[in-house]
Amino acid sequence: MAPLPLTLWLAALVSAILFFVALPIAYWISFARNRWKFLVEAVVALPLVLPPTVLGFYLLLALGPRSPLGRWYQQLTGHTLAFTFEGLVIGSILYSMPFAVQPMAASFAAIDRKLLNASATLGASRWRTFVRVVLPLSIPGLVTAVALSFAHTLGEFGVVLMIGGNIPGLTQTVSIAIYDNVQALEYGAANQQALSLLAISFVILCAVYGLNRRVWAVWPFK
Amino acid sequence: MSMRMVTQPEADEVRPAARTLYARLRHRYLDDGGFVLDAEFVLEPGITVLFGASGAGKTTILDLLAGLVSPDSGRITIGGQVLFDSERRVNVATPKRGLGYLFQDLALFPHMTVRQNVEYGTHRLERSVRGQRSAAVLEAFRISHLAERRPGDISGGERQRVALARALVTNPGYLLLDEPLSALDVTTKSKIVSDLRTWNRDHRIPVLFVTHDREEVYALAERVLVIERGKIGADGRPQEVFEAPRRESIAQLAGFENVFGAQVGSTNTELGTMKCRLLPPIDNAATALETVFSYSTGVEVEVPLTGATEGARLRVAVRAGDILIANETPRGLSARNVLRARIEQLERRDGVVVVRTKCGAEGEQTGVGFDVHVTPGAVGSLGLRQGSVVWLVIKTHSLHVLAA
Repeated sequence: MAPLPLTLWLAALVSAILFFVALPIAYWISFARNRWKFLVEAVVALPLVLPPTVLGFYLLLALGPRSPLGRWYQQLTGHTLAFTFEGLVIGSILYSMPFAVQPMAASFAAIDRKLLNASATLGASRWRTFVRVVLPLSIPGLVTAVALSFAHTLGEFGVVLMIGGNIPGLTQTVSIAIYDNVQALEYGAANQQALSLLAISFVILCAVYGLNRRVWAVWPFK
Repeated sequence: MSMRMVTQPEADEVRPAARTLYARLRHRYLDDGGFVLDAEFVLEPGITVLFGASGAGKTTILDLLAGLVSPDSGRITIGGQVLFDSERRVNVATPKRGLGYLFQDLALFPHMTVRQNVEYGTHRLERSVRGQRSAAVLEAFRISHLAERRPGDISGGERQRVALARALVTNPGYLLLDEPLSALDVTTKSKIVSDLRTWNRDHRIPVLFVTHDREEVYALAERVLVIERGKIGADGRPQEVFEAPRRESIAQLAGFENVFGAQVGSTNTELGTMKCRLLPPIDNAATALETVFSYSTGVEVEVPLTGATEGARLRVAVRAGDILIANETPRGLSARNVLRARIEQLERRDGVVVVRTKCGAEGEQTGVGFDVHVTPGAVGSLGLRQGSVVWLVIKTHSLHVLAA
């Protein structure tokens, strides 16, 4: 696959998987009364502050043939996770995690607890409350979470370089192709790719902010 | 087909006609200065009002009964079914308690229509019954025409009825209402009160209604529980509890603006009255002196006879609204108490003027202050102003006698 379609496919897959991975984590962070909660919050937020090379380095070790996870995967499929598209997906999920969890957790936490109590007194289980009350009232946060994790995956560089290597057609994303082109002094090609990434990211962010405004206009609560 | 009808009767037909709620609750607060809620009561089917000042623990009692908060210890049962028992480690979760709870700020779901709000609790009913039941409740609370609107688009009184309908559609085993009327105007309030009474006549379940408004107690209650700092201070019919309050804190709660120390002068068993001398207000520095100069106010009133003996100390309370003002010596009155007083201050509140007066000998420092409520119109027509001399008229039975 060419770098651009490959990058878009990666971002779509990662944001879709991340939606379902981040939901329970965000729910737990917003509603649990566990005293170790801060640990989970800190771990989820780590990718925000770590250099991508650090995350990439440890991921490479974890996915490589010397780690239990890597060995298990190798026995299962016959090849390691490092330098594969699947490895890239796993790395990107971890790297974009805070961009999905934090908007979700913020919108869950903003829901009036009285509504949840009301739901309970009306005989609703926690699951029913989550589906019928929490989720619908968190739509702006959910939209933001998906869009940000998509956009953030589009733009990642360091982690992809560390885990994916730079295998054209398999793990070469746009950001890495740009780097290659600049190294090779092919500024024209680099500019084309850079411009396409810039345009796509800008459009996505515009859509998020525009759409969220509309969501708020349709349901004028608070 | 007919077999199926018989084996699956409507939920409310299965329930025994009358179910009683019993609660013994002990719960320690950490906020509000930290006091212990310690209350035991039985709620018969019908409306019971839980009355008390804010911070007395009213909402906490509701949250404990609903299972939203677990008491430190105690026991809650409804019609023989145990909902909570700290000794037997029983704690039925809120969704399974089968209650209705009307929250103070209603907590309607903002993203759902009125119909969806009302039908929210019906998911345990059979699908065919649901629509029928919600339609009946929408009709009963006169909100059918709002069914497709959202809570944000309807008036406060309408929202109130939606919340009530939502809480009642499931035929709860007991109903908790947390100051549901405090934000409404008088007309809307009385309509909802009559809706609630009508509904309760057909559905005899225990209803616990929290309020700090005395008028609501009279309008609603068959029985009132008075709560003070986590303890039940009085329990009975509203007339019994409020008309002859035995404890001063209850009198203050119930809106007695004037409470005085008094000493019984003479009793008249034939007339059923006694004369009491009012004592000067007790302030801490003067407590010792007060015992010496206890007659210096010279103000004497006739009050209903109690068991008190001559010379006994007690307290006398009168509502500011129960005192009449005259601007010349009144004659030919049935009221037994006519007191000369001087106006110290006029204070206008919404719809009522608070007249602060002082009774007692001229120039005395230790007169007795009476607060009187009059209409702004009366102030004009009587020409009341600061410094004017007036007569206060108080019926014997407007003066309530309390233990000292």
